[in-house]
Amino acid sequence: MAEEQKIFKVTIDNITIDVPAGTTILNAARKIGGEVAPPAMCYYSKLKGSGGKCRTCLVEVVSGSTVDPRPMPKLVASCRTNVMDGMVVKNITSEKVIDVRKGVVEFLLINHPLDCPVCDQAGECHLQDLTYSHGAEQTRYEFERRTFVREDIGDYIQLHMTRCILCYRCIYVADQLTNKRVHGILDRGDKSEISTYISKAIENDFSGNMIDVCPVGALTDRTFRFKNRVWFLKPVDAHRDCDKCHGQVTLWNRGDEVFRVTARKDEWGEVQTLSDGKPGWICNTCRFEKKHASDWVIEGPTKINRHSVISQGHYVGNVGMIMPPDPLDKVLFGRQPHLLLDIHDVSKVNQLEVHLSELEGPAVSNTFNGDPHASGHNVTDVKEGV
Amino acid sequence: MQALTNRLKVVSRKPMTFWERMYLPAILKGMIITFSHIFKKRPTINYPEKTRPFSPVFRGLQILNRDEEGREKCTACGLCAVACPAEAITMEAAERKVGEEHLYKEEKYAAKYEINMLRCIFCGFCEEACPKDAIYLSETFAPSNFQRKGFIYGKEDLLIPDPKKDPEAYKKALGSRAKHPEGHGNEH
Repeated sequence: MAEEQKIFKVTIDNITIDVPAGTTILNAARKIGGEVAPPAMCYYSKLKGSGGKCRTCLVEVVSGSTVDPRPMPKLVASCRTNVMDGMVVKNITSEKVIDVRKGVVEFLLINHPLDCPVCDQAGECHLQDLTYSHGAEQTRYEFERRTFVREDIGDYIQLHMTRCILCYRCIYVADQLTNKRVHGILDRGDKSEISTYISKAIENDFSGNMIDVCPVGALTDRTFRFKNRVWFLKPVDAHRDCDKCHGQVTLWNRGDEVFRVTARKDEWGEVQTLSDGKPGWICNTCRFEKKHASDWVIEGPTKINRHSVISQGHYVGNVGMIMPPDPLDKVLFGRQPHLLLDIHDVSKVNQLEVHLSELEGPAVSNTFNGDPHASGHNVTDVKEGV
Repeated sequence: MQALTNRLKVVSRKPMTFWERMYLPAILKGMIITFSHIFKKRPTINYPEKTRPFSPVFRGLQILNRDEEGREKCTACGLCAVACPAEAITMEAAERKVGEEHLYKEEKYAAKYEINMLRCIFCGFCEEACPKDAIYLSETFAPSNFQRKGFIYGKEDLLIPDPKKDPEAYKKALGSRAKHPEGHGNEH
């Protein structure tokens, strides 16, 4: 006989909600939604065992439960603490939490380089968002930051260990989505780094999901490297029939060119849950090899949070599927204009023969000057850690 | 109707006196005023032979900056383009190759960078947004032209002269404000 599931009443930031026993504080707060949900850098609801490492989700428990109403002596990690009946939690209403989170962000940023202008993750980086919402404006750190050589792991993924915050999410992806993990954390403490032994290539079909789970720009898509900033691209939902995955993705387009393919994200920045309840991981074929608009059936623009920099393009309605009508036809009654400046005659940007989306790697100087198929090879130079 | 201000002046409709009807005294009065201006200080200058000092907040044509070693500072982060209210700025990024370290400061750089001066409103948001100190609004007026195609400014038009190869032109391009970073160059 199935035991009846207990329902616990928990109050987070003065909002009371009923959740089943065994729910963590973080998930209870996410049920309420909005600002009440603590930020999380390492916890990922679709990855078993994740969480408890980054400490950004710390909350104050004012009252443990109705049975034992004493407060918890220290702030607790909400992703690893289960709720109790009658528990009272303070998140953004607690000054202690705000203060501690500021400290946590400072620690996360100690070895993180300030190379957002170069990093492809900028604009959708969780650490960037977290720093803007919770961090201090200045760093107090005066010592040398740790730096690593940039590394290609496989043909598609590039690892920037310098940017890593050791959240372990990619390790869980490799453990739980692929049948054989070939990368992991080497060394320990300050020296610990994510790597593959002898730069062993990651070739599993679902390894590309590491890019999606990485909260920072440590694991990035090599086929998208330096192609464009995410906020200039137009995210559209699309699907295709795929024999390896469900094929439901977000395309990041410029015009009709598909610059990047990612899994669809939910409001917490995690991969969406499909209608059958499974997480919507996508395979490497969909992610890296289908870079033509003809490969996909476009459903419509992706819904992006209004406050996100990505939404500055204001793509709504039928954008991406229907070309707007040429207004000249209407006002000139089919006549050709006498003085028309074709922007391609004078502009060197967006040249007609250069198709950035079809390049395997980043563009280089030759790409724009005579050799439209040239792309960058991996240059392993050490980034300056400033 | 109630007057909005107390400066209302009722127009006099009285017929003119003999003295007023003669006109000549009034004309003479006007001539004296005109003549007296010859001895006053001229408010205009002969531009372009002479120029006025620029205001410390003057915003002219954009200039792309280099560092002391002559390397381009821009990393094509796109913040100027996203901040631009007129959507005048476009760019395309590329990866720095081995052997190009003396040309570009960071591993990513703007291979193409264009400002459409027909669109630019010289608001200076690009300068504000730039995290790399790479774009400045200089002390140059936007030129005029009969054709539109001359207004698409590429990197070759925007880049500041190389301080190593052409230090004099570089200094000139820095303008009068660069000499006094804490204030401006126009106090005297």
